[in-house]
Amino acid sequence: MTEKTLRKGNEALAEGAIRAGVRFFAGYPITPQNEVPEYMSAHIADEGGAFVQAESELAAINMVYGAAATGTRAMTSSSSPGISLKQEGITYLASADLPCLIVNVMRGGPGLGSISGAQGDYFQATRGGGNGDYRVIVLAPNSVEELGNFPKLAFDLAEKYRMPAMILADGILGQMMESMAFNFDPVDPNKLGKFDWAVDIHKNGRAKANVFSYKGDNLIADVVERAKRYGLIEKTEARFEERNCENADVILVAYGLSSRACLEAVNHAKEQGLKVGLFRPITLWPFPEKQIAALAGHCKGILVAEMNAGQMIEDVRWAVNGRIPVRHYGRFGGIVPDPSEIKEELIKFANHAE
Amino acid sequence: MQNDVIAPENLVYAKPKLMNDTPMHYCAGCSHGVVHKLVAEVIEEMGMADKAIGVSPVGCAVFAYRYLDIDWQEAAHGRAPAVATGIKRCWPDRLVFTYQGDGDLAAIGTAETLHMLNRGENIPIIFINNAIYGMTGGQMAPTTLIGQKTTTCPYGRDPKLNGYPLKITEMAAMLNGTCFVSRQSVENVASIRKAKRAIRKAFQSAMDGKGSSLVEIVSTCSSGWKLSPVKANEWLEEHMLEFYQKGDLKDTTGY
Amino acid sequence: MKKEIIISGFGGQGVLSMGKILAYSGLVAGKEVTWMPAYGPEQRGGTANVTVIVSDDRISSPVLSSYDIAIVLNQPSLDKFLPKVKPGGMLIYDGNGIINPPTRGDITIYRIDAMAKAAEMHNNKVFNMIVLGGLLRVVPFLPDDALERALYKTLPERHHDLIPLNMKAVDEGKEIIKKCV
Repeated sequence: MTEKTLRKGNEALAEGAIRAGVRFFAGYPITPQNEVPEYMSAHIADEGGAFVQAESELAAINMVYGAAATGTRAMTSSSSPGISLKQEGITYLASADLPCLIVNVMRGGPGLGSISGAQGDYFQATRGGGNGDYRVIVLAPNSVEELGNFPKLAFDLAEKYRMPAMILADGILGQMMESMAFNFDPVDPNKLGKFDWAVDIHKNGRAKANVFSYKGDNLIADVVERAKRYGLIEKTEARFEERNCENADVILVAYGLSSRACLEAVNHAKEQGLKVGLFRPITLWPFPEKQIAALAGHCKGILVAEMNAGQMIEDVRWAVNGRIPVRHYGRFGGIVPDPSEIKEELIKFANHAE
Repeated sequence: MQNDVIAPENLVYAKPKLMNDTPMHYCAGCSHGVVHKLVAEVIEEMGMADKAIGVSPVGCAVFAYRYLDIDWQEAAHGRAPAVATGIKRCWPDRLVFTYQGDGDLAAIGTAETLHMLNRGENIPIIFINNAIYGMTGGQMAPTTLIGQKTTTCPYGRDPKLNGYPLKITEMAAMLNGTCFVSRQSVENVASIRKAKRAIRKAFQSAMDGKGSSLVEIVSTCSSGWKLSPVKANEWLEEHMLEFYQKGDLKDTTGY
Repeated sequence: MKKEIIISGFGGQGVLSMGKILAYSGLVAGKEVTWMPAYGPEQRGGTANVTVIVSDDRISSPVLSSYDIAIVLNQPSLDKFLPKVKPGGMLIYDGNGIINPPTRGDITIYRIDAMAKAAEMHNNKVFNMIVLGGLLRVVPFLPDDALERALYKTLPERHHDLIPLNMKAVDEGKEIIKKCV
C-alpha cells in the first residue's frame, strides 16, 4: 500500500501499469485518454521500457501483438472509436493466445460521438468487435484507485489464461482526480519468469517458435481448447461487489462510474425506509451470472442503471431468466446520472414491484 | 559404386541448414522459393540462426514459417512492420525482419510500411513484388502494370479506372529513416547473387543500428500471370523490369 | 459535510491549479475529494473550469449540474454559473472586468478583488491563494493549516521558499473578501 495521493485517473492508470511491469506501450492520440500515452512517453523509458507513438490505432495494437509475443507486458490505450479500429489486432492476439492489456477510456458514440464519458461500449468490450470465437477479460473500475490498481490484476489474469484483458473505464474516470493508493508492490518484469510460448528460440530447447493465428487444420482443436478455458474463467474469475443485497426487495445493478451514483441513491432510499441494495459487476466478462441468478431468488425486481441505452441489461436478463422483473434506467450521450433521479426511479420501481 | 557421384566429398552445393525438407506449397516458377533460400543463407552466414525472428504476411508467404527454421510471428494483412516494431523494441539484439508481398506492403499496409521505415526502426523489409494478389487468385495489385490483365482488371489495368502502379520503393528511398533501399530480381543466377548481396546488406545494417531498409524483389507469379515458368521469367524481364528498374536507390550504410 | 464547488475563469488564469490546491487541502484534512476539469474542445476558446467536491463521505459523481459554491473570475463564467448555484448557495467573484455584477436574492454573493490585490503585491501567481484565502474565510470547511500543508505537498521542494509569500496572500484574501448586499 502506498500513501494516499491525489491522481488523475489516466495518470493513475499509466503509473499503475508501469508498476505492474508494463514495458511496452504503443498508442495514438485520442481524447479523453491522452494523459496515458503522455505519461508513458515520459516515464516508461526510466524503467527500461519502450514507448511508440504509432501511426494509427491499427498499428498500435499490432505493435502490442508483436511485443506481447516476446513475453513483455505490453499495452495500448485508446477511446471508443480508436478501440473500434483495434479490433483486428485484438482478435489476432486472442487467436495467438497472447496476454496483453487494452484500455478503453470510453466516450460517447456511435461514430465520432462526443468526448464526454459514457458506457456505450459494453457490447463491444464483452462481445468483441473482432471476428471469430473469442473472449477478452473485461475489468470495469469505478474509481481512480481501481483504475490504478487494475493493470496488475489485468496482467495476472491475462497471463494466467493467455488472453487479452481490457480495462473499460470512461472519460470522467480518466479525467477526474481523486485520492488513491496503490495496493501492490512494483512488479519486476525480470522476475515474472520465462514464458514457454514466447517467440524466443533459446527457450526450452525448442527448434523454433511460431506465433501465428492461421490455424488451418488445427483450428478445431484450438477453438475447442479455448472454449474450455473460457468456461473455466466464467466459473472461477467473476468479480463483483455487493452492498446491502441480502434483504433487499429491489437491487440496482450498475458498473463503473454509474455505480457510484447508484450507491448514493441506495443510501438515500434506505434512509427513506426502502429495502434496496447495489450489485456491482467488476468483471464484465466473465459476467457474475451465478450471483445475479441467486439474487433473483430472493429479491422482487432488478433495476439496471447504465450510461447507455441498455446493454448490460441483456446479461442481467439472461441471468435472471424471467423470474423477476428487470428494468433499465439509462442516461446516455455523455450524461452522468444524478443520484436523486436514480433514487426516484428506484422508488417508482419498488412501489411497482410490490 | 554407382552412387559415388553423390558422395559427400563430391558435393558442390548444399541447401541452407535453416531450410527444412517440408515440401513447399509455392507454384513452379514462383520467386518465393528462391528468396526464402537467400534469406536462410544470409541468416546462416551472419550466424544469427538463434536470434532471427521473421514476421510473415498474409498472402502466399503466410506459410514461410513452415520452411525456414527460425522463429516466426504471423501478422495481420499489412501489419507486419507494426508487429516487427513491437518485437524489435522489446528485443533490440534480435534480427527482426518482415517478409511482405505487394498487396500487403503497398496497399493495405502502406501506412505501417512507410511509418516503420520512416521511424528508422532497425528492421529490414523483404518485399516480393509480383504485381498481383497470388494467394487469392490473381487480382489487381497496387503494383500491377498499366495494361496488365488480372481477375479484377480483366481488360487490362486502365489508369482512368484503376490509377497507376505504385513505386513504393522510390518513396521509401526518400525517407530519412531508411539507410538502404534496393530493387533486385531473381530470374537468373547473376540476379540471384546480386539480390543476396542486397539482403545481406539490409540485414547487416539492421544489426549495426543504421536504420530501416527495404529490398524489393521484382518477382514472378506464373500461376497468376497464367504463363509457364520460363515465359514468366521472360515477361518479367520484358515488362516488369522495364517499369521497375533494378539497382540501389539509396545506400548510406557505408559498407 | 459536503461542498460542491465550481471554479471558472480565463484559461491560463490558474483555475485548474486553484482547484488542485483546494482538492489537496481537502486531502490533507482527511476528506474525500474529487477534481474534474472541463476537457477537450470545451477547454479551448479561452475559458476553463473545474469542479471540486470536498466531502466527509465517498463522492458519487464528480460531474454536477448545480453547485453549493461558484467561484467565477470573468464575465462569461459569471453569466454561465450564476444560475447554477443552488438556492441558499454562494457565489464569489472577482470584480476585475465584470460589467454586469451578479444579482440573485436567494444566494449569498461575495466579491474579492484578488487580481487587483495580486497586482498590488507585484505577483500575479499568488492570485490563486488570495481567492482561496477568501473562500475559507467565509466558508471555513477546512482547518486553517490545510492550505499550507497542501502547498508543501503540491509544490516541488525548490519552490518551498515561496510558501510564506503564498500564505501572506491567503491572509490578504481573508481581509479583502466582501459580502455584497
